[in-house]
Amino acid sequence: MSTEKTSRAGRDRWIAACARVRNDAPAGTAWMDGLRTRAAARFADVGFPTTRDEAWRCTSLQPVENGRFEAHPAPRPEALTPDLFQQLTFEPWDCNHLVFLNGRYAPSLSRAAHLPAGVRLTSLAEAVVEEPGLVEPHLGRLADARARSVTDLNTALMSDGLFLHVPRGTVVQEPIHALFVSMANGAPAMSHPRNLLVLEEGAQASVVESYAGIDGGAYLTNTVTEIAAADNAVVDHVRLVRETGAAIHLSHLEARLGRSAGVSSHVVSLGGGLVRHDVNAVLDGEGAECTLNGLYVLDGAQHVDNHTLIDHARPNGTSRELYKGVLDGRSRGIFDGTIIVRPDAQKSDARQVNRNLLLSEDSLADSKPTLEIHADDVKCSHAATIGQIEENALFYLRSRGLSEEMARSLLVQAFVSDILGRIRIGPVRAGLECLLFTRLPRHHPPRETA
Amino acid sequence: MLEIRNLKAKAGGKEILKGIDLTVKAGEVHAIMGPNGSGKSTLAHVLAGRETVEVTGGEVLYDGRNLLEMAPEIRAREGVFLAFQYPVEIPGVSNMYLLKAAVNAVRKHRGEQEYDAMEFLALVKERMKLVEMDQALLNRAVNEGFSGGEKKRNEVFQMAVLDPRLCVLDETDSGLDIDALRIVAGGVNALRGPRRAMIVITHYQRLLSYIVPDRVHVLAQGRIVKSGGKELALRLEEKGYAWIEGQIAGPAAPAAGA
Repeated sequence: MSTEKTSRAGRDRWIAACARVRNDAPAGTAWMDGLRTRAAARFADVGFPTTRDEAWRCTSLQPVENGRFEAHPAPRPEALTPDLFQQLTFEPWDCNHLVFLNGRYAPSLSRAAHLPAGVRLTSLAEAVVEEPGLVEPHLGRLADARARSVTDLNTALMSDGLFLHVPRGTVVQEPIHALFVSMANGAPAMSHPRNLLVLEEGAQASVVESYAGIDGGAYLTNTVTEIAAADNAVVDHVRLVRETGAAIHLSHLEARLGRSAGVSSHVVSLGGGLVRHDVNAVLDGEGAECTLNGLYVLDGAQHVDNHTLIDHARPNGTSRELYKGVLDGRSRGIFDGTIIVRPDAQKSDARQVNRNLLLSEDSLADSKPTLEIHADDVKCSHAATIGQIEENALFYLRSRGLSEEMARSLLVQAFVSDILGRIRIGPVRAGLECLLFTRLPRHHPPRETA
Repeated sequence: MLEIRNLKAKAGGKEILKGIDLTVKAGEVHAIMGPNGSGKSTLAHVLAGRETVEVTGGEVLYDGRNLLEMAPEIRAREGVFLAFQYPVEIPGVSNMYLLKAAVNAVRKHRGEQEYDAMEFLALVKERMKLVEMDQALLNRAVNEGFSGGEKKRNEVFQMAVLDPRLCVLDETDSGLDIDALRIVAGGVNALRGPRRAMIVITHYQRLLSYIVPDRVHVLAQGRIVKSGGKELALRLEEKGYAWIEGQIAGPAAPAAGA
């Protein structure tokens, strides 16, 4: 079949790209080469998933497979104008910023100032060379075990990313912001950002990853983040996708929680043409607590596929999951959430909710919860809704003098307010509110009166 | 102020209003009573502009202008207010935010300067007293988790803040205990005035002991079958709706005008 043939040619091109990276790499460390080689071999073996794979049934990767994406050299830092920089970093947010342009670290735009002693915050490429002892035990250990071939591709091709190591008992108060900016500049670009967050026992940190594109060209972002949260560690993680409509964004977040560790993840998808998120959390210590929140606000022909997996592997774990979608235009939003409770994980308490608000006739929401419960003394619940703006509420607001546009906009804001309220990093929450409420009402002008 | 002529309307494919005639002048309070299913709430919703009710005939003039052509929000800005029988809960939207947006929509429409936060707060503080509104309720989401009495009080409070000219109260008394009823009626009475008209829709005569109407109309099977002074409400209370139904079942139902 012709699709098979295209597929083969596409896969071969990607296999060749992996080989090039290995050859081009500067005299790398042996373990890093090994990591890349093994990942490339797994990818060569399996290739891209197809829509016949259950986990990819709603999302075709053909545009990735057959796209001719190239890793572009890093543009000059000036390409990121002060205006854009301000916008993308939620200025005047005075935090630690690490900026990456087309996947490459831009030290002149970055700032890591507010850090307690002993905390390592650098680019991953730097850390691999300078602190292999902190990187090697963790890099690839969590994510690469997932048999996700796009993750293998990331490992084989990884350019750079954020590396954070917080030693035992240390609290990093200031949030850390890793900003990934893509510029296609005429030809399809790609980057494979790789982030690694290691929190030792009792350590604490908040990290925001944001992804944006600044020209109209096509590009691919294929990013992987690993979070190793040891016993009692606390991590607050936000992934914010503001890619352009011409972008493909694939992401994988893999978190392992030790005893009584707490990890919360917020995945906010506003931009991107084709977006796929995999968020996996393994509650691998007793009494761990994990929160997965997600918000996707889509328009036009956007396609966003959220896959989450919460694995209760030990007793007394708690998980709370809330994903909300607002779909306009011809967009499609997918939520596919699995909760596994292992036989050993008695007294687990899991709650999953997915709510979707359709604003147009042609938008489409899919919601698929899966509970796999192998223990007998657990509390697990899930709920999923797909609805439209309630006519009753709309009439009530209009009968008080609000225009239909404004009433709609207000109801959408109300719908997303609880998700936004759960983002604890103030400047990000405020920036998002501002972004959303000037963007959402594109057909619904936000402020007619107030 | 309001002239309803031979108004006919359908809801859910069923004809509910079968020719209503009613004239309400500024300064008057009209009570509309009637058994369940007589069309009271449908009439209220037609006046507020609910799109799920289809007007199939007749006309409604508000200050001589065609009310039925106006969008619900335009009616509101022009001074029509409906106190809902079942106020809607809107999680995530604060009462204060809604009120401020509503007040300023009305003011802007009238060509008046929009209120800033301070002026708005002053207005709210003053009107809160009318219905003994608890400040804590104002900061909560619209009607969310309010008791039945709190919801009705909130409706009358909104009415007081928005300063409408035509108030339609749809069973504002239903489900209230006597204390809540007194408070709500007190608020309504405080808003009576020579330039404002009110239509008070109720199932029970009880409310009319607190809000004494100028006229009482009895609605049954989609028509006003009887009109009179406040004493009509007392007779209804005494004889029950069966008395009216008995009359319309009989040969010549007296046509009613205001």
